Amino acid sequence: MEDVPVVELVAKSPCAGLLPMTVGEVTLSEVDLGVLTSVAPFKGQRKAASEALKEAHGMALPAPNRATGREQARAIWFGRDMALLAGPLPDTSLTRTAALTDQSDAWACVTLAGRPAEDVLARLVPVDMRAAHFKRGHTVRTQIMHMNGSITRIGAESFLILAFRAMAATLVHDLKQAMEGVAARG
Amino acid sequence: MRLTCPLCGERDRREFYYQGDAVSLNRPSPEAGVDAWDDYVHLRDNPAGETRDMWQHEGGCGAWIVVTRNTVTHEVLGTALAGPAAGARI
Ligand SMILES: [Zn+2]
Repeated sequence: MEDVPVVELVAKSPCAGLLPMTVGEVTLSEVDLGVLTSVAPFKGQRKAASEALKEAHGMALPAPNRATGREQARAIWFGRDMALLAGPLPDTSLTRTAALTDQSDAWACVTLAGRPAEDVLARLVPVDMRAAHFKRGHTVRTQIMHMNGSITRIGAESFLILAFRAMAATLVHDLKQAMEGVAARG
Repeated sequence: MRLTCPLCGERDRREFYYQGDAVSLNRPSPEAGVDAWDDYVHLRDNPAGETRDMWQHEGGCGAWIVVTRNTVTHEVLGTALAGPAAGARI
């Protein structure tokens, strides 16, 4: 049998060729969160699902508007009765108490970092993202300009932002425009 | 206008999608008969006073929310997650 040529396929990230970008004091970077899995507990199984998640990956299911875990393995509240496990391949034990859906290729994931990062978000997001109100470990499902997304504070001056992968260029465009606006005001 | 999502808190109106009367919480059974279904699909009250509507927090957590408001004063009196607690027969 003849040898079949094997093409080396290289995964292209959602923001390939667009990021990183620094404007003024704010830097926008793409981040590879690893495997993304939505975890939706079955009816009446929230507590059991949280225990299973803790057992397998070390963090409880987050309450609304909260994220648990840390870099490499986060659980981000992602809507009614749903969390997004970001990082590890989900342990099969989770399937006993929750519906799991692989969303790894569905999201563009970026970090916005720098002292005026809050000011940048203030131009795009209809929620108060200032530290007094939105602390580390807090998360929101809200809009970024016209798009639905997820924003989590991961540090004093840094945010993790998720938007639909197909809208990656729009996400970068809107954030860039806001970054330029903030930088121009000095 | 601001609405309070029971999960997300007070949010701007732009994050919400309006569906209409909260009648969908009480869908008749398939065997309920023509009159019940005619009522469910087509007939609506037009109250001067308190009414309940379905809104979706579409630009947020995705939850369906029952909003109680007063059609005379435009006051929003309360919000609840759609489900049994909001009076849904599910
Ligand atoms: Zn909500």
